[in-house]
Amino acid sequence: MDFFEWLNDQLLRMEWLSQGVKAVLEALGLDLSSRLGGSLHFFIYDVIKIFILLSVLIFIISWIQSYFPPERTRRILGGLQGFRANLAAALLGTITPFCSCSSIPLFIGFTGSGLPLSITFSFLISSPLVDLASLILLAGIFNWSIAIAYVLLGLVLAVLGGALIGALRMEQQIEAFVTRHPVLDLPPEQLQLRDRLRYAAEQVQEIVQRVWMYVLLGVGIGALIHNWIPESVINALIGSDKLWSVPLATLIGIPMYADIFGTLPIAEALVHKGVGLGTVLAFMMAVTALSLPSLIMLRKVVKPPLLAAFFSIITLGIMLIGYLFNAFAYLFL
Amino acid sequence: MLIKVLGSGCKKCITLTENTHTALSQLQREAEVVKVTDFAEIAAYGVMSTPALVIDERVVSMGKVLSADEVAALIQAA
Repeated sequence: MDFFEWLNDQLLRMEWLSQGVKAVLEALGLDLSSRLGGSLHFFIYDVIKIFILLSVLIFIISWIQSYFPPERTRRILGGLQGFRANLAAALLGTITPFCSCSSIPLFIGFTGSGLPLSITFSFLISSPLVDLASLILLAGIFNWSIAIAYVLLGLVLAVLGGALIGALRMEQQIEAFVTRHPVLDLPPEQLQLRDRLRYAAEQVQEIVQRVWMYVLLGVGIGALIHNWIPESVINALIGSDKLWSVPLATLIGIPMYADIFGTLPIAEALVHKGVGLGTVLAFMMAVTALSLPSLIMLRKVVKPPLLAAFFSIITLGIMLIGYLFNAFAYLFL
Repeated sequence: MLIKVLGSGCKKCITLTENTHTALSQLQREAEVVKVTDFAEIAAYGVMSTPALVIDERVVSMGKVLSADEVAALIQAA
């Protein structure tokens, strides 16, 4: 066997864990081909796998992130212009804090310091949508080509979405208080390696505390889809031959508030059931990029027309990506 | 002394508020601790990462959940 394939199977897909859980369940006398046994195996294996990946990935990302506090990001972006600035904003968005509650102060800080709307929005779109964690998790659950395609298309959506919003010239649609205040520039703190590691460990603890319920819920729904809901029902609703499957999956995903860790098990189960890859990825993007809570937050700093423009551009973009993936799915699976 | 904790009300801000109260009782000092959750007000301080700590209208820390000891040090320095 190829070395990288082995690495992929054992480190990311954690075949050893799957085998281990299987052995334990079988020792307890459960038949894994039965519905109950199968769901139990999926649930236990997925929960452990996701928590291991979650902790390791958040630790690494937070460590990288400690080099890019928002003040530094803003300085970097302030020195760039045009397309390059959008691209840099989208890329920096991939290493930002996970909490959506931090995105509004960021928005105010960016806009207040005079960054153009197009750059701020490139950053805002990319921030929840793509990060290092999604790349590695997608590779672990599907494969590397899907993971890379997802991240690239997510970045394209962030760059083009931001540029489009910029082209609409809606600067008047920002709430007045956002631009009224100067931005504070405290001298950057000098962090030692120990501070960074402590920060990373705190982030892991905090994020695990925040998302564990969503992960259990996501895996539970995944296990349900996996073993209890007949394939025919799922295919009748969002089967790959149904043209409406992509918009439907997107619209179901939008109001949901979860992050990539909770949605992946659902995505995994749906793909196993024969749902189109594009449909599943559109669902995941919709869940992570847009949610009711984040739209309500954003409404506090932008007026309805700009919020509507943001919402429509992202929604249409996600649907387009979904259709693209469905059309070219044979290249990936 | 007036201490403000700026943040949109997520868990970090609650922890920072708790730590501030702990710091005050450690130092045996009295101060009014106010939570500021309104974005317009937070923006007025020019703060980009929450939670932030403001002592007597001066921003002393942002983007960090300070421990009770760290808050105590800042209170004493103020």
